[in-house]
Amino acid sequence: MSVAASWYLTLAAVLFTIGAIGLLIRRNVLVMFMCVELMLNAANLTFVTFARRLNDIAGQTAVFFVLVVAAAEVVVGLGIIVSIYRRRPGATADDIHEMKG
Amino acid sequence: MTHTLAATIPDAITFVIAGAICVLGAFGVVLARNPVHSALMLVMTLFGVAVLFVEENAQFLAAVQVIVYAGAIVVLFLFVIMLLGVDQREAIQRDPLPAQRPVAIVVGLLGLTEVLLLARGQWPTGAKSVSGAIGSPADNVGLLGRSIFTTYLLAFEVTSALLVLAVVGAVVLARRPRRVVGDNGSPQGASSEPDDNVDGPTASEPDGAEAGTDDGGQGDGEPAGGLADSEVTGP
Repeated sequence: MSVAASWYLTLAAVLFTIGAIGLLIRRNVLVMFMCVELMLNAANLTFVTFARRLNDIAGQTAVFFVLVVAAAEVVVGLGIIVSIYRRRPGATADDIHEMKG
Repeated sequence: MTHTLAATIPDAITFVIAGAICVLGAFGVVLARNPVHSALMLVMTLFGVAVLFVEENAQFLAAVQVIVYAGAIVVLFLFVIMLLGVDQREAIQRDPLPAQRPVAIVVGLLGLTEVLLLARGQWPTGAKSVSGAIGSPADNVGLLGRSIFTTYLLAFEVTSALLVLAVVGAVVLARRPRRVVGDNGSPQGASSEPDDNVDGPTASEPDGAEAGTDDGGQGDGEPAGGLADSEVTGP
C-alpha cells in the first residue's frame, strides 16, 4: 500500500502555490514560463493521484493530454519570447505593455 | 490515517525524498537569480514528479515525463536562454507595482491554506473506474493506450492537429522577416536612427560577413601573389 492520497494532494498544492507565487513575483519572462510548467506538473500530480485513488485510467489519460498541450504551449510561447527579445533585448514582463491596436 | 499507517516504509521514504526534491526544485526555480539555474532546478522538480508517478502506478507517464519534459521542454528553455543571453538579471529600479510581490505571496499562501483545509474534508466523489481500471504495473501502458485510442480518440486526433498548429506557429513566429531587415539596414549606414538597436544583431551580421569575405579575399590574394612570385623567381 502506497502513501495516502491526501499527502500527494498536499504536495501538489504546495507545488502549485510555489509556481503561482513565482509567476506573480518574477519579471523574467522565461522564469515565468518555468513557473507555469511547475503549476502544470502540480496539476498532473493531482490527476495521477486521483487516478490511483479512484482506480480509473482516465486520470492518466488526462495527464497525457496535458503533456502534449504543455509542449505545444512552450513551443509557441518561446517563439513569441524570441521574437520579442529580437525587437527589444532585455525586456521584462513590465516592458511588454504595448499589445494594442 | 489508517492508510498512512498501512503505507510500507519504503513507500513512505520514497515519497518523502521525492517530495523534498520537488519542493526544493520548485523553490530553486522561483528564487534562482540566473535563468539557467532556474531551468536546472526545474529538471530536478520534474524528476521528483516522475518518481512520484512511478510510486503511483503510472509508469508510462513517468517515462514520458522524463523524456518529454526533462528531455525536450527544458532543453528548449535552455536553448532560448542561451540564445537570448544568460546575464539578463531582473533590474527593477522602477517597479510599476511595488505592492505586487507581498500581495502575491499573501494571496498564494491564502490559496494554499484554503486547499489544505479542503484536503482535510471528506471527498465528495465515490465514482470508481469510469473508463477502466489502472491494473497492475505490467498493464499500465496497454491500458493507457487502449483508453487513449478508444475512449479519447477524438481528443487524441485534436491533439495531433494542435501539435501541427504549434509547429507551424513556431516557424512563423521565429522566422526573421526579410522586409524589415532591408528597410532598417539601409538607413543605419547613413544616419543613426533612435531604434537602431532593434536589429543590432542583424546589422552586425552583415559586417562580420563582409569582414570575413574581405579576409578571405586577402587570404586568397596572398597565396596567389606568393605563387606568382615563386613562378617569377623560379625560372
